[in-house]
Amino acid sequence: MGIPNPSVNSPVQLKTPKTSEKDLKIESKASVIWRRYKKNKLAVIGLLVFSTMCFLAIFAPLLTPYKPDVYDILDQFLPPGNDPFSGKFHLMGTDAMGGDVWTRIVFGARISLSVALLACICTVSVGIIYGAVSGYFGGWIDNIMMRIVDAIQSIPTFFLLLIVAAIITPSLWSTVLVLSVFGWTGMARIVRGEILSLKKRDYVEAARATGEKKASTIFYHVLPNAIAPITVIATLDIAANILAEASLSFLGLGIQPPTPSWGNMLTSAQELTTVMDYVWVIIFPGSFIILTVLAVNFIGDGLRDALDPRMKE
Amino acid sequence: MSTTMTKTDTLVSVENLKTYFYTEDGIVPAIDGVSFEVKKGETLAIVGESGSGKSVTSLSIMRLIPQPPGKILDGDIKFQGESLLAKSDKEMRAIRGNRISMIFQEPMTSLNPVYKVGDQISETIILHQKKNKKEALAEAINLLNLVGIPEPERRINQYPHELSGGMRQRVMIAIALACHPELLIADEPTTALDVTIQNQILQLMKNLKQKSNMSIMLITHDLGVVAEMADRVVVMYSGQIVEQGDVFTIFENPKHPYTEGLLKSMPSAEKRVGKLYAIDGVVPNPLNLPPGCRFADRCEYATSLCHQEMPQIQEINENEVVRCWKYTDRWEA
Amino acid sequence: MTKYIIRRVLQAIPLLFIISIISFLLMSLAPGDPTAMYENPEAGNEQDLSAIREQLGVDDPIYVQYYKWLKLLVLEGNMGYSFQDGQPVLEKILQRVPATLLLMATAIVISIIIAIPIGVFSAVKKYSIFDYFFTFTSFLGIAVPSFFIALIAILVFSLKLSWFPVSGLRENYDAFDLWDRIHHLALPSLTLAFGLIASKSRYMRSSMLEVIKQDYVRTARAKGLSEGKVIFKHALRNALIPIITILALQLPALFGGSLFIEQLFAWPGMGRLTVNAIFIRDYQVIMGTTMIAGVMVVFSNLIADICYAIVDPRIQVGKN
Repeated sequence: MGIPNPSVNSPVQLKTPKTSEKDLKIESKASVIWRRYKKNKLAVIGLLVFSTMCFLAIFAPLLTPYKPDVYDILDQFLPPGNDPFSGKFHLMGTDAMGGDVWTRIVFGARISLSVALLACICTVSVGIIYGAVSGYFGGWIDNIMMRIVDAIQSIPTFFLLLIVAAIITPSLWSTVLVLSVFGWTGMARIVRGEILSLKKRDYVEAARATGEKKASTIFYHVLPNAIAPITVIATLDIAANILAEASLSFLGLGIQPPTPSWGNMLTSAQELTTVMDYVWVIIFPGSFIILTVLAVNFIGDGLRDALDPRMKE
Repeated sequence: MSTTMTKTDTLVSVENLKTYFYTEDGIVPAIDGVSFEVKKGETLAIVGESGSGKSVTSLSIMRLIPQPPGKILDGDIKFQGESLLAKSDKEMRAIRGNRISMIFQEPMTSLNPVYKVGDQISETIILHQKKNKKEALAEAINLLNLVGIPEPERRINQYPHELSGGMRQRVMIAIALACHPELLIADEPTTALDVTIQNQILQLMKNLKQKSNMSIMLITHDLGVVAEMADRVVVMYSGQIVEQGDVFTIFENPKHPYTEGLLKSMPSAEKRVGKLYAIDGVVPNPLNLPPGCRFADRCEYATSLCHQEMPQIQEINENEVVRCWKYTDRWEA
Repeated sequence: MTKYIIRRVLQAIPLLFIISIISFLLMSLAPGDPTAMYENPEAGNEQDLSAIREQLGVDDPIYVQYYKWLKLLVLEGNMGYSFQDGQPVLEKILQRVPATLLLMATAIVISIIIAIPIGVFSAVKKYSIFDYFFTFTSFLGIAVPSFFIALIAILVFSLKLSWFPVSGLRENYDAFDLWDRIHHLALPSLTLAFGLIASKSRYMRSSMLEVIKQDYVRTARAKGLSEGKVIFKHALRNALIPIITILALQLPALFGGSLFIEQLFAWPGMGRLTVNAIFIRDYQVIMGTTMIAGVMVVFSNLIADICYAIVDPRIQVGKN
């Protein structure tokens, strides 16, 4: 996600222009997108913040002297700073089990971000296929498939998530499954809508007239054109997944301790005394969730402006 | 064609008007030093392709340029001798819809979908004439009669979507005429309508004008409409006036190559040749205007002078001005 | 108009049908004997159970099972019994619905009162410092998990400042005490409204921006109307129409948010019932609340469609 790949879809090879400077500058598609993206300052900040989070996740072991799953109950609820007894330094204090909060945050970033990305890959794939099939075939197939989407979207998402989470034994993969199993409906709707509108355009008709088969018509002509809304929705899905993982884990139905995730770090906050007396235990992981979701949403907003000016309000 | 002009009193004078738009991609000089007059009782047509600045001219007179991105940079607009640009917002509102009113190109979308037709007409009357709701609705019925809408008593209780495009444009005209304006600006009033409806609307405007002493400023790209309606013509190209004169001179003896091209591309009953003429090329990108004449790239007479230096607008005889090197002493043909 | 409403009602029926299928399928995935959920542990109804076993046809193919289950649901309103206390599920849920509705309705009203002026103001003063401020705030509002905002609200306003009670519906159980009720309702409903305000003000802003561009707004200006009249009479009424749909569309998210808010504020509504049911794996209750929530959403959409028709005169012709 993030930086557009410069090699994709660039219709013109950039060569040093021999003609005069007055000639219209020919930019590659990627550099046009990047130029438009850069105009949105919040989107640039969002990209920086999100990259930092990924950096923390990747280099987690190098960023802390502690292990995420080794801790001493005697160290519980130490405030941020130096512990006068052991002399150990805890940047963000320790939690109810005596784990170092900063350590669990950087290792939790690995889990929370991978769960969100993996679930996003699943929902995007299912959504694209479902939406493409529904939109391309149309008629009663489309009608039935879309009524199913309507029905799923009518049931509050979180009820569905909780049920699935309650049925299966919680783990990392089950969390990915829970987030994916009903999360694809928005993407399916968008892809279907794009396909319906693109289907009517001339070049798809032309492709059909020249005898291209239906399925290949979808993939070669329709989907590249739908890439803008798909990318934007996928980005926003990542943000939604981070939030959903946090909420599930908060209730104890997502990632299970001792594996750290940003959501399960907040589970102890169900005890109001923790909230009252050891506020660092919830403030730091909470801030990382908010910051990351904010950053991803800003990226989505910037991509919307950059990829498809028509989608801009 | 209309009667020859006898009155010479000026109603509106636009003096060296410059309206620019400051967009993300750069500055667009939508109107770049435009001067003309609208005389009392006359119909002045402003002709040009889309992007020539004709609509921006009319919105500038109404002071309805969205700001930002638009801005009136220079020049003045005088209405009955008073500068409109110097007026406060409140003074300007008392003029809009009252002494100067406007009808737009898109009758389908120019009326508010959630209010009844009668309310939309009477709103103007209540605002400017200090009448109560009942009197205003009675007046609205009169106006609908005037613009030729049958069963006005029933129509005032209908919503815009219940009326056809032609009917909606008649309602727009009724709203515009509600306060007996001195100037009616009609921005492509018939473009969006069917041909038969177009003629009805034009006839209606002509009749209404004869009944009052108002002036009409007609914005159009359709020379057929110009021939039908106008006393004088202003031809605009790329934000500038390229030619201005009375309708006979323009049609019989066009001076500017662009006007010439426009007339040639006009379908006519007399010269039924096989193919319609079209001017080659496109309007220059307003973000990247050439240093010389803006029409030079499309002009069959263009010389190197035309490409290098912008011709100035000049009076070549009484009531006829043109912006072209051809009519200067620097022209070597 | 009547035709339009009838058509909408007819469209809702297959939706309810599919919702019931989804609920049933999820239920059949749950571990354990499906008859267990009709078991009433308090009553010790051995004979009844075998009758239900017969009725359900455990050995029948799944579509026959579904048919029997649906018949029981539609004809008798029987959703089974709670595993926890043997109470009929439907009864148990219906006891909790008023508290949830009160909480959600209050949150919706608060969000409308706050979000619409913000949206209008941001659109009219586009790219002003206020617009940027509200844009950022609403992004923040969307990024904060609802349970986290609830925790912070409890920490700051209940625990530190002691302005509001920490939990519950009321303290005075002897009589109806309006002030007591409002005092308890304030914090959870404001917390629940927080996320709604964020998204609704964004929708309102873009709806208003869209309307401001319309030709009829230019017509209103050309009439000489004041900017206030142009915005509040001509633009606002049109901009509000799509917001009706947004209200209905936000409802599923609102249910989701209320799960956490009710849980954290110990608010005795459907959300808290569901979360508790999940903790003790009381599948019957979970399925019940899910179905009821889905049905409520479908009905709200129906109501929104009808409101739409009342507000927008163009609908009355019967065009889509």
